[in-house]
Amino acid sequence: MRFAVAVEVRGLEGISDPQGQTIERALPALGFTGASGVHVGKVVRFELEAADEPAARATAQQMCDRLLANPVIERAEVVVSPAERGE
Amino acid sequence: MLPRNYGPTTHRSLGLTDDELDEIVRMVGRAPSDVELAMYAVMWSEHCSYKSSRVHLGRLPTTGERVIVGPGENAGVVDVGDGIAIAVRIESHNHPSAIEPYQGAATGVGGIIRDIFTMGARPIALMDPLFIGPADDPRSRYILDGVVRGISGYGNSVGVPTVGGQTTLDPSYRGNPLVNVFCLGLMRVENLVLGSATGVGNLAVLLGSRTGRDGIGGVSVLASSSFGEPGSGDDAAKRPSVQVGDPYEEKRLIEACLQLLDEQLVVGIQDLGGAGLACATSETAARGGLSMDVDVAVVPRREAGMSAVEVMTSESQERMLAIVTPEALERVNQVCRRWEVEATVVGEVRQCDPDGIGRLRVRDGASGELLAEVPAASLAEDAPRYRRPLAAPLDAAERRADDPGALAPPDDCGADLLALVADPSPVYRQYDHQLFLNTVLAPGAGDAALLECAAPGIAWTGKALALSADGNPGWCRLDPRAGTAATVAESVLNVACTGARPIALVNCLNFGNPEHPEVMWQLSEAIDGMTEACTALGLPVVGGNVSLYNSSEGTDIDPTPVVAVVGLLEGLVRRPPAIGWRDGDAVVLLGRTHPALGGSRWARALRGHRDGELPPLDLAAHARVSGLVAGLVAAEASAEAAPGLVTGVHDVSDGGLGVALAECAMAAGVGCVVGGSSRAGGSASGDGGCVASHRELFSESASRVLVATSRPDRVVALALAAGVPAVVIGTAGGSRLVVEGLVDLELVELRRAAAAYFGEVLA
Amino acid sequence: MSPAVGVVCFPGSNCEHDVVRALASLGASARIVWHGDDDLGDVDAVVLPGGFAHGDYLRPGAIARFSPVMGPLRRFALDGGPVLGICNGFQVLTEAGLLPGALRRNSGLRFVCTTVPCVVGSSSSVLTAATPVGTVLALPVNHGEGSFVCDEATLESLEDNGQVVLRYADNPNGSMGDVAGIANRAGNVVGLMPHPERASSDLIGSSDGIALLGSFLAAASATAPF
Repeated sequence: MRFAVAVEVRGLEGISDPQGQTIERALPALGFTGASGVHVGKVVRFELEAADEPAARATAQQMCDRLLANPVIERAEVVVSPAERGE
Repeated sequence: MLPRNYGPTTHRSLGLTDDELDEIVRMVGRAPSDVELAMYAVMWSEHCSYKSSRVHLGRLPTTGERVIVGPGENAGVVDVGDGIAIAVRIESHNHPSAIEPYQGAATGVGGIIRDIFTMGARPIALMDPLFIGPADDPRSRYILDGVVRGISGYGNSVGVPTVGGQTTLDPSYRGNPLVNVFCLGLMRVENLVLGSATGVGNLAVLLGSRTGRDGIGGVSVLASSSFGEPGSGDDAAKRPSVQVGDPYEEKRLIEACLQLLDEQLVVGIQDLGGAGLACATSETAARGGLSMDVDVAVVPRREAGMSAVEVMTSESQERMLAIVTPEALERVNQVCRRWEVEATVVGEVRQCDPDGIGRLRVRDGASGELLAEVPAASLAEDAPRYRRPLAAPLDAAERRADDPGALAPPDDCGADLLALVADPSPVYRQYDHQLFLNTVLAPGAGDAALLECAAPGIAWTGKALALSADGNPGWCRLDPRAGTAATVAESVLNVACTGARPIALVNCLNFGNPEHPEVMWQLSEAIDGMTEACTALGLPVVGGNVSLYNSSEGTDIDPTPVVAVVGLLEGLVRRPPAIGWRDGDAVVLLGRTHPALGGSRWARALRGHRDGELPPLDLAAHARVSGLVAGLVAAEASAEAAPGLVTGVHDVSDGGLGVALAECAMAAGVGCVVGGSSRAGGSASGDGGCVASHRELFSESASRVLVATSRPDRVVALALAAGVPAVVIGTAGGSRLVVEGLVDLELVELRRAAAAYFGEVLA
Repeated sequence: MSPAVGVVCFPGSNCEHDVVRALASLGASARIVWHGDDDLGDVDAVVLPGGFAHGDYLRPGAIARFSPVMGPLRRFALDGGPVLGICNGFQVLTEAGLLPGALRRNSGLRFVCTTVPCVVGSSSSVLTAATPVGTVLALPVNHGEGSFVCDEATLESLEDNGQVVLRYADNPNGSMGDVAGIANRAGNVVGLMPHPERASSDLIGSSDGIALLGSFLAAASATAPF
């Protein structure tokens, strides 16, 4: 089966996030008050062939541990769903 | 019958006139096919064909003893001795940067670098002259920030240091920034390879990125794969016209291509820039005087469903076309695999047709449908050339008579000086300017960048290269001819201030709409001014670029010819004196000050006054000043025992004497006291000794240099012997910049003001 | 006998020739080692130079750490061989786990190329053995992601064990503890963000890096067979 995988990589709690802080400071100037806790991360998306969803999730998790996230500064969250067919 | 589905007026939406279509029909001998029409449209665009400017460009002096390759190839090549040559080129990326500043600037950097390594040279230095709207315009601030980040993001990562440039903020560029990019490379003369497809049976190999729909722009009308079918209308809207750069791909492409050239595996090579494969295949075939067969079906693509029109005209970045012998192909593939660069044979060089004409043939599949068959030279070389009407502006005399010298003098010259000083370090600190360990004078240190003439694989032999890029819309608006000559003179003097002698110039001519007679007049005048200055100063023009249709809110930009001058200094052994002075030094002003404010930044930026007349430029006198300064500085930098005569040097230009003094004081961390009108030795006739008013303080009259020395009598004597006016104007010392009767500022105030100028925009 | 130094080139590295040039000017015989080789060859020391290995895509050093050459490099380092990671090389060493911590985006969110004063924090490393603690060196930095970060306990142990070999006197990137360079516990593996090779001649503005590179070569000579 093919699965759509989205890995969201975020900074660890407590690690400073100057991009997030900058955006948070900029928002009120544009009239968006009330936003807090802004953090910037990244999303890695791909399709994956696997026997079933737990297998896909396990493979994606291994990718995170080895390459996609650096555990010293980042944590990763894996979302797996069936791949959409066709274009 | 070649596939042809376009309508009777389609050519107009591609930017071709009815006359141009008639000419194409005549050249092809029938109505052009879809692919043919698309290729002519992109190749005959102003951008690719220089159809409005070419008749004027021929007047520029392009030859010289050192010139190996002049204009017309991908880059100019100039001999610097020891079997080493430089390759230089400058280009504009103005319109892409207006749409998407980061990618526009980044892909500009990528393109100019490819032009250099195409010649077989290792790119070792970039410069970026930028002209952007005013700091109080949010869109302009966004553009400046994005452009600087783009240059930083691409240039640093691709591994070519950015050693110089210029950043001018001015209302003329609101909405239409000028992003000019210059690159210099170093090569062994024997490694020179031209973009020429020679040798019947040789293969055309496409190297680098896959081809996507980037930058298809105008020809997208023809580009739809479902052309002429219902429902195809929305395709074009989805298509991106912004090209995206990949510096990592380019870095690998540089290394792979330089290795291919080093191993002499290619007989010709050409980068893919504007007009993509259509341009690279037709130009190489035309230069080689042969035919070329191209198979679009094998071109590696980034997206499914691309049509042949799209593949042939895509401006996807980081691609090269190499012409290789069949025997060399295997080794070419090996080298490319090592650098993880994709290499695909897409064509073959063929004998000319029996009629003696070399044709470019495009097929879909090796023996598939014929999509295009046109004389290669008709695309690459036979675009129409227009002698567009030109006319001086009707109000020229009035504008000239409206002299800013008549404006009220400032109440406080010090306040005006604070408004004029600008420290560009917030810009250049974002650029790697030290890679290759060549940078002797980094940005901000001298009037020009000074680099050891060395590169990986090319050992340093004691020579140094000086680089300066300059443009001045204030001068050129008043008088495009004299202003352009003054721009060339200024660039030459910058190079001289590092001890180097100028050896070559490249230009980027940024102008408005060529269909406006006044703009064509500006362009023609600028070319004449450049010709006069280059001839008088013995400087060959080895390459150039023309960018037209630059306008801001419907108004043509002020004429902005940009020049980059390269100088050569032999026998460098120590850092030359640069901007600054030492405590106790006498400050000598070389050259004559004309106390006139026409074209000055004081008038333009502080008073909004954009008319008047430029102070006169005497090119013979300028050559004497430049020669004197280059000699004095070179003696400090290259003699075994430095004479210790000159301790600081700075030319007087943008912002006049006031800004030049302030920049020396800030660089040195030492103030200065300059005599005012009462000072003995000065004379009101303006021989340079007297700073009597704001006119002397802010005049930008040409051919002047500040020199700091502990032996002023000797410097003045040498100057007078060389026929250069020279006078001691002050003494360095203390923590204040004082021009008696006009200015009295603490250095900390100057520094704060200078830092704020770009610091606030790029916070 | 001049020490043999291998300078590793990844695709996207760009300071490898500079390191070779600077080391050669100090008498070393330096050569470039391709990242795809699974053998370092006969070398007395290894440098991972600056640049943008694999484009710095994903994270600086994240992909480079899996290059074939990293296996023998790890063994060389564990055997006590002198290893120096400069800028991108430092990032590779942290990603590979040969040095603790990580390098993140500069706090100012801009790339920074300038010369900053750095203070030697410890002389117990192959890079700083010849420079007494407290020595101030003018060293060029050139990076967008050079802000050193680690957990508090790691920083404390780095400080306690004399592993913070270089500190910024004027922090350009927001590094924790003003850390500019660190060593492993044994002192044979060092990573730093400043570029000592860019401070290897008065002509290019500073020769303060010579003491550091000289110390590194001395360590390489000490391990070189005679």
